[in-house]
Amino acid sequence: MKIIIPIKQVPETSNVKIDEETGTIVREGVESIVNPLDLYAIEAGIQLKEERGAEITVVSMGPPSAEKALKEAIAMGCDDGILISGKEFAGSDTWATSYTISRAVKKLGKFDLILTGERATDGETGQVGPGIASFLDLPVSTYTSRIVEVTEVSIVVERLIEEGYEMLRMPLPALVSVVKEICFPRLPTLRGKQKAKKTELARWNADNMDIERSALGLNGSPTRVVKIETPKVTRSGEVVRVTDEESLADAVERFLTFLRKKGIL
Amino acid sequence: MSYQGVWTLAEANDGEIKIVSYELLTRGRELADKLRCELASVLICGRIDEKDAEELILRGADRVYLVSSPELEHFVVGSYSNILIDLIERYRPEVILSAATTTGRTLMPHAAVKIKAGLTADCTELDIEEGTGNLLQTRPAIGGNIMATIKTPECRPQMATVRPKSTRPAPRNENRRGRGEIIRIELAPALLDRRVERIGFRKNPGEDINIQGADVVVSGGRGLGKKENFALIRKMAELLHGVVGASRETVDRGWISYPHQVGLSGKTVTPKLYIAVGISGAIQHLAGMKTADIIVAINKDPDAPIFRVADFGIIGDFLEVVPQINQSLAKEGERSEV
Repeated sequence: MKIIIPIKQVPETSNVKIDEETGTIVREGVESIVNPLDLYAIEAGIQLKEERGAEITVVSMGPPSAEKALKEAIAMGCDDGILISGKEFAGSDTWATSYTISRAVKKLGKFDLILTGERATDGETGQVGPGIASFLDLPVSTYTSRIVEVTEVSIVVERLIEEGYEMLRMPLPALVSVVKEICFPRLPTLRGKQKAKKTELARWNADNMDIERSALGLNGSPTRVVKIETPKVTRSGEVVRVTDEESLADAVERFLTFLRKKGIL
Repeated sequence: MSYQGVWTLAEANDGEIKIVSYELLTRGRELADKLRCELASVLICGRIDEKDAEELILRGADRVYLVSSPELEHFVVGSYSNILIDLIERYRPEVILSAATTTGRTLMPHAAVKIKAGLTADCTELDIEEGTGNLLQTRPAIGGNIMATIKTPECRPQMATVRPKSTRPAPRNENRRGRGEIIRIELAPALLDRRVERIGFRKNPGEDINIQGADVVVSGGRGLGKKENFALIRKMAELLHGVVGASRETVDRGWISYPHQVGLSGKTVTPKLYIAVGISGAIQHLAGMKTADIIVAINKDPDAPIFRVADFGIIGDFLEVVPQINQSLAKEGERSEV
């Protein structure tokens, strides 16, 4: 089968620094990584490849440095990568991103399955997966926690919703966005890394894609960022220390008083 | 024809309207009043009593667009999206709010793409821009490190998903009885996406996994030391009528299942009360609970970052502290039952 996995390169969240004056994110010196939630989609794809044979193409829209993310996916076990990069894509919101990726999928031709992560850890929208499915009019399962069965023509999945797990059967081609529960991502092997090094990535832009220029980048995006602020995270809470039985009794009493004051009890 | 009116997308399960639908009415009412326009709720569902749909009116909706059919019992995004787009094209609302639930976060981007609407995810604040009347949508991003305010200057409608629990449900107002209108929309069979078939459903018996819908979340972290100690957390959650949350490490170690995970690779929760036990407070975890009303931390490490976001902190061994709290809460419970 033919699997397509759109991925995103993101700043490592635990190291994000904010410029106190401008409120913008300091990108210099911050490591870029494959969106951690995309790793689950990549692993799910590789497991399907191992079980029943598949060819996996990873696609990423981003700056030239996103090449590194594609190479990492190949090192894990994907077959080839496509980097969509160019000034025309800068400033894309989720609408323009969904559109661009859907055009890339069109250009790739026949496929059976698109796998995506639940959302990216920077933008945290989770809108691009369903957006791609909508552009391509594919059946879709979001928040997928298990791939139960795949045949030539259909897929059975389980998705995690508020009330529990629901099982869906859909015809292929389809789009499946996955949550962490689906698998445990492997690390790239040394051999995989060597293979990735040798793999030539395809480089696409508006010139070699069948794409509407006016729908790209900031110009093609319905939304605009008005302002960015850094929220204050510190709360000046009461802190009590437990060292012996007496301070324990005191701490618990004060805690209950706190809950009463807040209307919880 | 211009776009006018604020819509909220109500959700129902098994014939019952979900509380989050009333939270949206609180948001919607504020915006509709500022825009001086009507507030309508859209309810797409399997079956519903007229009386239950009327509840949306009592809680603030001027109109309810009701599309119900046994074929819509379960959420299938293709069908729901087709129906929503059909309604949008007929009635042309200016603003559409949905809950940032698994349903809302699937349906809204699916529909927005087809009609080229602006869409913002998981908003915690909404307002109207003075002068332009544009919807201002504020949301946390990058693990809660920033708050971004977003607008859609030209495309209509302006769409947003709203973080569950980020506001109170609109109260029922009996005076509103008869003050709104329920408009039943016949389901056009052509709008159904019959490709996707729901063939099963399961839930873990006796376990509430809807951590985003809970008023109280009691979470355990690596500091618990072992799986069995989650029993103390469960007990506390039960005594506070809450649900059990967990840090990434505890899920990865198999101490508890994934649906309980709070944080960047799990769920974002905004309960009234969040209690973190044995959780140090890594930025990925904070991203998932920082917007809770009240945060309580119990940890033996006084330098744990969790204390920096806590409204009440107890520095101590949870094995001593939690049983004592549970005992006191149990007594409190007995007292209130008498």
